[in-house]
Amino acid sequence: MTGIDIDLDIYPDEASLVEALKRGDPEACACMVKQYAPRVYAVAIRMLNDPDDAEEVLQETFISACKNIQKFEERSALGTWLHRIATNAALMHLRKRKHREVSLDEPIEVQAGDDIYREIQDWTLAPDDHAMNSEVRDVLEKAISELPETLRTVFILREIEGYSTEETAQILGISISAAKVRLHRARLRLRQILTPYFT
Amino acid sequence: MMSSQSHHQHVSDCQEVLSHLNDYIDGELSPELCQELEAHLAVCHNCRVVFDTLNKTLYLVRQLREYPPELPETVEYRLFAVMNLELFVPRERK
Ligand SMILES: [Zn+2]
Repeated sequence: MTGIDIDLDIYPDEASLVEALKRGDPEACACMVKQYAPRVYAVAIRMLNDPDDAEEVLQETFISACKNIQKFEERSALGTWLHRIATNAALMHLRKRKHREVSLDEPIEVQAGDDIYREIQDWTLAPDDHAMNSEVRDVLEKAISELPETLRTVFILREIEGYSTEETAQILGISISAAKVRLHRARLRLRQILTPYFT
Repeated sequence: MMSSQSHHQHVSDCQEVLSHLNDYIDGELSPELCQELEAHLAVCHNCRVVFDTLNKTLYLVRQLREYPPELPETVEYRLFAVMNLELFVPRERK
């Protein structure tokens, strides 16, 4: 691992790490931060598309986690708990941002089928199955970042972070059917954005 | 676009197929609609391509889970500083 060098083996398992966290052991705190910061940062930067905002979310997440560690009930994994805090913090930032500026969201009442047949190109074979290189990853990350925010958040939670549709709806505070509609549009839109890259 | 031999009543055209594609991919379509949709995909090249590339899109995107965007070292250092964990930051980087 690069960056700060912390011995992650001090605590043999998560239970003992959590126990030490609840005792207020700074070493445990350092361990938690070292271990989970990458995942927290990843969800923040994908949701927010902005390194500065993502860094704020990262810091807020761990400050909040340390403050509220006594409330962590170990029904879920520590990583899942942190991930949920980070997701909520990222959503708060998006809402704040909306108040600051005119919404950049495109209207989403576009019919699902609009434009989709304008150019039908088959790129099923490209890139090939093992071509998950950094170039393809960059293309994918860029394409996701081009989704309008309402579609992007649903898409990231559902497809990348692996939440169920129900969980996604709950996190975003929208109905399950709204989540499904947005996911549907996000998938089709992303397919469209990717088409010129892969043909 | 539509095959003239189609006698399907529910999944009757490409728009319709498209609107069911996600439920189909998620396995949430009724068996009857599934069958109709598959019959359409078998004869309609355009829908087939959309379906295939949509699947490909999801296949690729889901792999991003394994590749989280990199956490820059400077961001990590600042995080440790904010958390009052500077004790753990190597002296020369403080
Ligand atoms: Zn069709």
